Amino acid sequence: MIRAKVWTFGDHINTDLMLPGDMLFASEEEQKRVVFRANRPGWVDEVRPGDIIVGGLNYGMGSSRPAARSLRNVGVGAVLADSINGLFFRNAVNFGLIALEVPGVRAAFEEGQTAEVSLEDMTVLNRASGVTLKALPIPKMLLDLMLSGGIYPHLEQQGYIEPNRDRPPPAP
Amino acid sequence: MGMTIVEKIFARASGQKRVAPGDLAVVNVDVAVMLDSTFHPNSRRRILKLQDPEKIVVIYDHMVPAPDKLSAEGQAYGRAFVKKFGIKRFHDVGPDQGIGHAVIADRAYALPGGVLICADSHTCASGAFNCAARGVGSPDMLGAITTGKTWFKVAPTVRYDFHGKLKPGVSAKDVFLYLAGTYGHHTNQNVEFGGPALATLSINARRTLATMGAELSAEFATFEPDQILLDYVRERNSAPFEEQYPDADASYADRRRVDLDKLEVLVALPDSVIQNSVPVGQVGKVKIDQAFIGSCANGTLDDLAEAARVVNGKRVAPGVRFLVTPGTQATFIAALKAGYIQTLMEAGAVVTPATCGACFGGHMGVLGPNETCVTASTRNFKGRMGDPSARIFMASPATVAASAIAGHLIHADEIA
Repeated sequence: MIRAKVWTFGDHINTDLMLPGDMLFASEEEQKRVVFRANRPGWVDEVRPGDIIVGGLNYGMGSSRPAARSLRNVGVGAVLADSINGLFFRNAVNFGLIALEVPGVRAAFEEGQTAEVSLEDMTVLNRASGVTLKALPIPKMLLDLMLSGGIYPHLEQQGYIEPNRDRPPPAP
Repeated sequence: MGMTIVEKIFARASGQKRVAPGDLAVVNVDVAVMLDSTFHPNSRRRILKLQDPEKIVVIYDHMVPAPDKLSAEGQAYGRAFVKKFGIKRFHDVGPDQGIGHAVIADRAYALPGGVLICADSHTCASGAFNCAARGVGSPDMLGAITTGKTWFKVAPTVRYDFHGKLKPGVSAKDVFLYLAGTYGHHTNQNVEFGGPALATLSINARRTLATMGAELSAEFATFEPDQILLDYVRERNSAPFEEQYPDADASYADRRRVDLDKLEVLVALPDSVIQNSVPVGQVGKVKIDQAFIGSCANGTLDDLAEAARVVNGKRVAPGVRFLVTPGTQATFIAALKAGYIQTLMEAGAVVTPATCGACFGGHMGVLGPNETCVTASTRNFKGRMGDPSARIFMASPATVAASAIAGHLIHADEIA
């Protein structure tokens, strides 16, 4: 069960808003400072570890850049959206960021409310309104990857890539 | 029930008889394209094994020629990687340089019926070649080059059938602006292109449309094969392939008719292309600071020819920076031989080497605060090409070229 405060965003929130092009080759630490710089300056100082992003349609449209990693590094506990862009979803799976498609979720929450997410039941509850929504199923192979910290630990264990001891700790 | 083009490709590549929307297909990857970004010191991981170096292509495109020390170090690291694993298809800074998806097109690395991935969202560009080509993330790339496999969620497909013929001056970019403006985003859907008028669209036009599939937020954007395509590929690559046609009874989420002769010249207003297109004449007199033609979407020889036709004998308006980036150095030379480069430069254009450069706000044409740009490239997101306060209008190469001459957004016919 994940239970946290919600930050609401609109439709088509794109990768460049989460990770601007001029910061594409900056360090993870620097990239983390500029999330939503153009559309919501100062947000990175307000968000608390574990907080949940609620988006509308096509969350994460755009680039292959590791925007999901920046959200994980900021400490975002989950992304819930009416629909999620396929490329952003791949990065969420691979970087171990919880990202669920929950039709109707944007309309069901106001900013600052608390969402309760059950990954066992794949449901999202807004306790303030009493509304419960169903998340779309995620194939088991992908959900396992997402919840086990992404693809890197697996590639390391199998000897495909060198372990990176400098990797930042996983999100809480 | 039959299968669409990508469903047939997934079935073959995953060793199954059939796949359907909702399935997860674990597929063998035929070609994996690694870019310079893979080797950048701030993002790279040390790769210990490769499944098959023959399936890998390495192309430097985002930060070429290296504009800073970190990029230079990363590119040197990548050269050592290429040497260590004996990768034969390597496109470094030099005569074989180019934007990844454009190099793939020049060399026909994307084979009909195949599976190609690259850690760049516009990988769908190779859908023009009847290839299941998808942009993935950098971790996906590491997974694919070390294990030989990746996964695709099988999505429902929207089919577009082309009829008629584009009017002179209306381009593939306008077709895209029409589709994005009319039908909006295609999240968690594939798009498939074909129909009786397919032969009226050149390979370069198909590349523009397939590339912009990413901007429709489509999972895959794939063209039906035809004789033009098969000839194009066979002239450039002797490897065997098996092109895929959709089954006659393929199941589509929707089937839409596009009458090419009815389409007009359009422009997308800043920040998004989703339901944001208007006829160029309705935008008003928007003064511009920069006009850009380039990227994997609009750096083809057709695009350069069209730009040269529009600016021939004219001069860029004072105060406007007109930047042109051919998709590959090979395209650059072809445009040089055809006289397009001379025409563009005499009109006042600055022609850059082939790179992703200005399109992603990386280098060679970054926008400053409150500037206005009209671009024939891939994206007009807020902040995409530089400062977040800059406004980016998206249009065809002809509209961009005409606007560079006029100093404001304008239909090319109005300066003829």
